[in-house]
Amino acid sequence: MEEITKNEVMEDTAETEEVPHEKTVRLMSPTRMVVRRFFRSKLSIIGLIMVVSLFLFSFVGPLVYTEWGEIELDESGKTEYSISETTYTVNGEEYTVRQTTEKTLKDNFLAPPSKEHILGTDNEGYDIFVRLMYGGRISLIVSFIAVFLITILGVILGGIAGFFGGAIDNIIMRLCDILICLPGVPILLIISTILDASGIDAKYRIYLLMIYLTFISWPGTARLVRGQILSLREQEYMVAAEAMGYSTSRKIFKHLVPNVMPQLIVQMSLSLGSMILYEATLSYLNLGVKAPYAAWGTMINIISTNQDILQNHLNVWVPAGICIVIAVLGFNFIGDGLRDALDPKARR
Amino acid sequence: MAEEKTTQQFDPEAILEVRNLRKCFPIKKTFTGKVKQELIAVDNVSFKLKAGETLGIVGESGCGKTTLGRTILKLHESNGGQIIFEGKDITNLKSSEMREIRKKMQIIFQDPYSSLPPRSTVGGILSEPVEVHNIVPKSQVKDYVLDLMDKCGLRDYYYERYPHEFSGGQRQRICIARALSVNPKLVICDEPVSALDVSIQAQIINLLKKLQQDMNLTYLFISHDLSVVKFISDKIGVMYLGSMVEFGTKEDIFANPLHPYTEALFSAIPQPDPDIKMNRIILKGDIPSPANPPKGCRFHTRCPKAIAGLCDEVTPEYRDFGNGHCAACHLLNKD
Repeated sequence: MEEITKNEVMEDTAETEEVPHEKTVRLMSPTRMVVRRFFRSKLSIIGLIMVVSLFLFSFVGPLVYTEWGEIELDESGKTEYSISETTYTVNGEEYTVRQTTEKTLKDNFLAPPSKEHILGTDNEGYDIFVRLMYGGRISLIVSFIAVFLITILGVILGGIAGFFGGAIDNIIMRLCDILICLPGVPILLIISTILDASGIDAKYRIYLLMIYLTFISWPGTARLVRGQILSLREQEYMVAAEAMGYSTSRKIFKHLVPNVMPQLIVQMSLSLGSMILYEATLSYLNLGVKAPYAAWGTMINIISTNQDILQNHLNVWVPAGICIVIAVLGFNFIGDGLRDALDPKARR
Repeated sequence: MAEEKTTQQFDPEAILEVRNLRKCFPIKKTFTGKVKQELIAVDNVSFKLKAGETLGIVGESGCGKTTLGRTILKLHESNGGQIIFEGKDITNLKSSEMREIRKKMQIIFQDPYSSLPPRSTVGGILSEPVEVHNIVPKSQVKDYVLDLMDKCGLRDYYYERYPHEFSGGQRQRICIARALSVNPKLVICDEPVSALDVSIQAQIINLLKKLQQDMNLTYLFISHDLSVVKFISDKIGVMYLGSMVEFGTKEDIFANPLHPYTEALFSAIPQPDPDIKMNRIILKGDIPSPANPPKGCRFHTRCPKAIAGLCDEVTPEYRDFGNGHCAACHLLNKD
């Protein structure tokens, strides 16, 4: 009964008193609330700073620091001294002959950090600092594209499986099970060998491997989306959408997918980290990016050529390792922060 | 039933006619997908509803009221019988054909918390159906929605707000506004006030009544609250275990309940006067499982007047006892 009188009051004064009241009410969309909660966590801000600075380093860095190119050798030359000792035994007495050879080489390799090379050069004579930037480009681009493809494939297939159910669901989920059962690395070795034999340009093989990564990684996302849609489908507001006479595609893409987005975003940021790691592993195993192109994994792989580098030339491989750690940690921090921020139970 | 299907004579006065409607849910399936055991949620329900009227459906929880409402809207596929809406048999329409009909029949859900999409604003929720069904030209959608919100007692600055910012009563107003946004003729109210507290219930019921007059709506009002049903309905249908046991005008049913179940149900209405002694008919036992309904009259297990050898053997016929007052009980046939 109270509301009736309230209505009358409202109708009478509708034109005059609405405005001041409106100003006192702060609108808070779910998205804005998530952003606010995300920035309240220190760890997620650290993660964001890490990732943003890596991006700037990899994409803006090469434009600013143009001293050296990715595959530009330092041909300033290097003088190498090699000492050889020969021991002779003459009439019971030992003579040691020490011979020093001075050799002038074309490339300035394994140079220590200096003004000219901020982090020195590697075993071929490439500038490490510059190659870190270009390696970052490859790693970030590859993992971003892979995650993007995984998400698209996962959302479409998981969405179809979850929404329609029945036989379609069964087929897609069994396909997922099969793909999860496949051992990734051995198959990768086989594919890599095939790619080697077919003589595909070193520049493009990483993209082919990326497609392979997508192919074996989408089941995780598909399962997540399917599970979410299965539970959302039974929500009353989906019944309401059906009663409203909305088309199937509208129901899936306007009502279901936006509600899966929170979990999907978290999944995406976490898998970005694992994709960077995967890419580094591939390059380290010499399956991904091949010389002369740079990638963080290939740069660490240099230690396998010479034991000496592992012990005495830390500047060659440690920076690449640090970059990988920063990238993976950064993406995981962001993912964790997003998960907490998007948790509907944590109001405020 | 097969004969009835072929006859295409529909009552021109009735906006909705339901004939022998049946809805079963499979419980157990064999390996090949054949249904082994099923739960009969709605069994052989028939009624007619005239335009502008309100039909109240009452019954215990689990008696199939909600399923009946949803089956009429074809949110569930029926397993037999006919649903005739505005002289058109909609029982076997495909979902794409059904989409056009949907804007003429709408539903208000019981739970105003889960029936609104959490990630769109009130404006978005209300303008989406208007746009999908092209109710008004695109440029006028916002004005139309604001006008509708005003009618339903929602202030215009709610337009940009999200459902989680509202109380249950306000949310139910949003649900009502959404259902009415497509200018429906028939609205199925599926216990629209049972999730709200009593003071809000009165507001919502009054709003529904006001809107019914303004927009010439027909309601199918499902509720277990007899006083609410008594207040809003013109006709009342009493359901027990999936079937309609009694149907008639409000006056007839309240003044002269025919079925023993209706009598027992109405004796449970609390009287606001402490001096009136209530003659409550206490039913023994629980409502039987609809998966395994009793033989004969479904109510015989709890009926105080059951006749042994008749009620537990023969299913009573659903008959008209004059003035459209129908009931299904053997006791009435004897008189």
